[in-house]
Amino acid sequence: MTSTQTRPPAPAAPPHHAEPAARPVRVLGFRQHLSRWDLKFSPYLYISPFFIMFAVVGLFPIGYTAVISLMDWDLVRNSGEFIGLDQYVWILQNPQFWTALRNTFSIFLLSSVPQLIAAIFIAAMLDRNIRAKTFWRMSVLVPFVMAPVAVALIFSNMFGDVHGLVNGILTDLGLPAVPWHKDPFWSHVAIATMVNFRWTGYNTLILLAAMQAIPRDYYEAATVDGAGAFRQFLSITLPSLKATLIFVIITSTIGGLQIFDEPRMFDNTGEGGPAQQWLTITLFLYNIGWGEWNFGRAAALAWILFLIILVIGLINLAVTRALVRDEGARSPKAKKQKGVRA
Amino acid sequence: MSSLNSPAALSIVESSIPETPQRRHNRTTRIKGRRAGFWVYAGLGVVFIASLFPFYWSFLIGSGDSTTINDPDFSWWPAGNFLANAQTVVNDPAVNFWPALWNSIYSSALIAAAVVVTSTLAGWAFAKLRFPGSKPLLVFVVATMAVPMQLGVVPLYILFSDLGWTGQIGAIIIPAVTSAFGVFWMTQYLRQSVPDELIEAARVDGASMIRTFWTIGVVAARPAAAMLGLFTFVTAWNNFFWPFIVLDRSDPTLPVALSLLQSNHFVDYSIVLAGVLLSTIPLLLLFVVAGKQLVSGIMQGAVKG
Repeated sequence: MTSTQTRPPAPAAPPHHAEPAARPVRVLGFRQHLSRWDLKFSPYLYISPFFIMFAVVGLFPIGYTAVISLMDWDLVRNSGEFIGLDQYVWILQNPQFWTALRNTFSIFLLSSVPQLIAAIFIAAMLDRNIRAKTFWRMSVLVPFVMAPVAVALIFSNMFGDVHGLVNGILTDLGLPAVPWHKDPFWSHVAIATMVNFRWTGYNTLILLAAMQAIPRDYYEAATVDGAGAFRQFLSITLPSLKATLIFVIITSTIGGLQIFDEPRMFDNTGEGGPAQQWLTITLFLYNIGWGEWNFGRAAALAWILFLIILVIGLINLAVTRALVRDEGARSPKAKKQKGVRA
Repeated sequence: MSSLNSPAALSIVESSIPETPQRRHNRTTRIKGRRAGFWVYAGLGVVFIASLFPFYWSFLIGSGDSTTINDPDFSWWPAGNFLANAQTVVNDPAVNFWPALWNSIYSSALIAAAVVVTSTLAGWAFAKLRFPGSKPLLVFVVATMAVPMQLGVVPLYILFSDLGWTGQIGAIIIPAVTSAFGVFWMTQYLRQSVPDELIEAARVDGASMIRTFWTIGVVAARPAAAMLGLFTFVTAWNNFFWPFIVLDRSDPTLPVALSLLQSNHFVDYSIVLAGVLLSTIPLLLLFVVAGKQLVSGIMQGAVKG
């Protein structure tokens, strides 16, 4: 913004402006100096709002979390005493941490795997030549505008142990009622359903966009060669989605391992269940930090969570690459960029 | 796989022999992607119902009373108590519905505006200006997308309590005014939508950097900026973790207010779900107006990203 001052007063370029050959010996006028500074420093000026704010609310807290995690933080004095890695040791020796880790992974797998499969198939349906495209596309995205808290409240009600809709239907069908709020596995299924409800449509649209970027003549050629619809899906569609799948898997990993809203709202105490059935890492972090007010431990747990996300993200990347590598090599990279408009 | 192949292996030969209408239809579907069949619509219909059912369910329960949920003659037709229940939510002193609504609206709007401004500026510099360090800085921005919010909450909380900002809406706005995703997105968009020649021409004509940005960059960025703003608004509106930590129960945002509906020992779901639906109406209205843009925003982000 401030660089408005550095703008040359007259838009018309001075005559010698167009002679770059004379550059080395020429003594620059004030205007040219301004113009040079403008050219040199403007980029930094433009990125500075982002980086300054990011340094304050992003970088500083990350570093400070590491410091606090090595401390026994005193809330009254608002300072801490260095105690080394004791907080990490405490977390890693706490059975609740391992339960939370198990629950987080279980919920993550139960949400991401079915969600991804469903999203691929829904995207494949939307990729067909259908009437009222926009209508169908919008309909899959409606759940995305609902807050996770709202979704969690609705589904907690539907998955009620005694008077819930799902158990009502199961009992009507002569099946036993499911202990949604007692058994760890079933509570994870219920919570994963909330995540799936909200995110499947979003991922569907991302995959749909990638599918539309696949040149139609690939399918034409495959049809001429006699490949059926299913075979085409396996041999053309899936391999072409490689880059997008990696993107979707990694983003859903980062988000999924941080899950908080849904387990927090799954019952009215919000503590992750009487026997930690659906205690997740972030919920555990909240309970330590703002339930027990132990900031040192909460900070240590935050760093552990971050490291877990990094490791899982890298594993994801490696596995996804290995799985889809060879088939993907067939399609040239340029194809992805050619992006067909939505 | 080969068993799938064999019946179709004759398709080239087949094309010269007469086909039944049914077969011809299938072939055109596959080649030109023309006219999807019944099963595609049936599948999409199921998805459609699954997407909307929870909304209907909360209306159904929210329009009953505390006994609806364990009523033996449960009816799929809503009763008439929705407005009464909504009123209970609005008048509940523990929920603070109107302040929560207003807080959600203006904090989300300010966050969206700030993210658009910081992202457009930085995106323009990364996409179209050459400067030492631009590549590593952009890589750094992308890398920060993997950093979870949880990593910063403890120091942020300490910082804001030192400043006396806990309970203030500013405490949820300030940490959200930048978005690494936003910078990345604007960079990708501007890189593709503005030809370098245009900028060079403007420079040759003597336009300053800020003028080039204003007359070329901002104009080109408008569609992407609108989508980024919309997307950020929805995300900010729905955000729960940090507002729940830092805001007071007396001056919450909508998700925080919603969470209080269930915190009683005895939960009356007709009230809770009426409140859920009530709090979702603003975003549903936004979706009706701008859902199309949201859809194409997500799809374009995917192709470009």
